[in-house]
Amino acid sequence: MADLPYRIVIGLEVHVQLLTKTKLFCGCPNRFGLPPNSATCPVCIGMPGVLPVMNRRAFELALKAALALNCQIAAFTKWDRKNYYYPDLPKNYQISQYDLPFSYDGWLEISTATGPKRVRIIRVHLEEDAGKMLHDEQGGGRDSLVDLNRAGTPLLEIVSHPDMSTPEEAKAYLEEIRLMLRELEVSDCEMQEGSLRCDANVNIHVPLAGGGHAATPIVEVKNLNSFRSVERAIRYEAQRQYEEFQKTGKKLGEVPKATAGWDENRGITVVQRRKEEASDYRYFPEPDLVPVEVDDAWRERIRASLGELPAQQRRRLQEQYGLSAYDANVLTSQGRAMVAYFETVSGKCGDPKAACNWITNKLLAVAKTQGSGNGGPFALPAEHLADLIAEQKAMGLTKQISEELFDLMVGEGLTAKEAIERKGIKPVASADELLAIVRRAIAANPKAVADFKKGKTAAAQAIKGAVMKETKGTAKPDLVQQLVMDELQKV
Amino acid sequence: MSLTADQVRWVAHLARLELSEADLAKLTEQLSAIVDYVGQLQSVNTDGVEPLAHPLPIHNVFREDEPHVPLPVEAALANAPDRHGGFYGVPAVLD
Ligand SMILES: [Zn+2]
Repeated sequence: MADLPYRIVIGLEVHVQLLTKTKLFCGCPNRFGLPPNSATCPVCIGMPGVLPVMNRRAFELALKAALALNCQIAAFTKWDRKNYYYPDLPKNYQISQYDLPFSYDGWLEISTATGPKRVRIIRVHLEEDAGKMLHDEQGGGRDSLVDLNRAGTPLLEIVSHPDMSTPEEAKAYLEEIRLMLRELEVSDCEMQEGSLRCDANVNIHVPLAGGGHAATPIVEVKNLNSFRSVERAIRYEAQRQYEEFQKTGKKLGEVPKATAGWDENRGITVVQRRKEEASDYRYFPEPDLVPVEVDDAWRERIRASLGELPAQQRRRLQEQYGLSAYDANVLTSQGRAMVAYFETVSGKCGDPKAACNWITNKLLAVAKTQGSGNGGPFALPAEHLADLIAEQKAMGLTKQISEELFDLMVGEGLTAKEAIERKGIKPVASADELLAIVRRAIAANPKAVADFKKGKTAAAQAIKGAVMKETKGTAKPDLVQQLVMDELQKV
Repeated sequence: MSLTADQVRWVAHLARLELSEADLAKLTEQLSAIVDYVGQLQSVNTDGVEPLAHPLPIHNVFREDEPHVPLPVEAALANAPDRHGGFYGVPAVLD
């Protein structure tokens, strides 16, 4: 990235759907994948004379998210009507928040290649979602279809400052939001299903010959449906703006803010139109909803329910267990249940590094190949993994044998002891016993001994192999190596 | 008049209304009269007055997150001018 002749400036507007049972202002189910228009009522399809009533759970989930994003919580908040005409919005206005959002001035710490970085949050507000449109892409000119199941479901809008300067940072920010809000059970954050959506405000700073820089006009890039498309679209849009700036020299403020759609198939952004200004939405206070006041007790009760957040978890895993920043991040990104699993294994076997290695190298790989069925990564109880690590040390088992035991334990649901028994592994009790085995192996392999005597040191490997076979891999390889070399010198 | 024809044309566009030039002239006059009427409020001195968020002196009205039975699909679509299966049909929108 450092090679680019410009600096990218990125701010993200993220929308997340809340995990409530019902919609924001009515009792219709808030669920993805129901038959079209089977979850609506007069309130959410905008019939005359109906009144919205705020869902308490939705507001509390919103508070939870805002506190996790280190936001200030407004003591007094209200809702406003945002007016626009589109078939997915039956009331012709969206109930949103304009000048008094329920939270503002927060930040989120993300982990980047150069260490942790804070992205500041401008505001988080609670609004209703619109319905869903299906456009006939091939038929050309045929009708569009409208499904209002999603209309009126609770939606959180999280607006960041333009604090991100690479597509990777934008992705890390989104991933952090997803991890945190999933762990808090605020949202399931599935980009494919639209419960996490993202628009990116992008422009670039081009250094000027005489010092300082020129900023290009901001473009809001929409239709980003995956983490990958967020990265690709930002990278593409920045380069497009650079090329346009070379041609036109147009700077921020000289042309109106534009929106662009990301075309995933063609891998390009398509600049669409002049963005409607805020005044075009003719916001005014929603007369059908009364304001909400949040007192200290309520706010602190929600704050106390947050538990340990990912950034705190990463730090603690490094400080308390001596894990690397990388390992701490891998464990944390798997969620709280995995961190708890790690702590159980580590506490029982007394070796955090070994516990972490087993989890990241083996357990997660198993979870990946087997999917989330059978308890996913937790198919092997933490206590059993701890026992395996302890036995590996006590019996001096090789990595290969230990991993075979691991597979057996996962496959057959065995404890470490049962797996060891099943494989017929006996511990090599003493160095004396091992020495006897080494001597037997030397006596049984005269050719290898002769080769060794002629200077072929590699011949020692054959002896060593015989010993390992005899001990079923339970002997420590470096000890065997040493004994074999010592004994061969004596022959 | 406090409004120009262009302003009214723009507001009509936002409301997805198509106006003839004759309607535009008439509405510009009528809307101007309304705006001027409401505009009288501007003459009141509001220094030090908190903006009113809601006329009712109550707050924190919530309902519990309990589902009700939604409308049957047939009832929901009963007033739709056009439909396709369980969907509302609307003229093609290509934004
Ligand atoms: Zn409803």
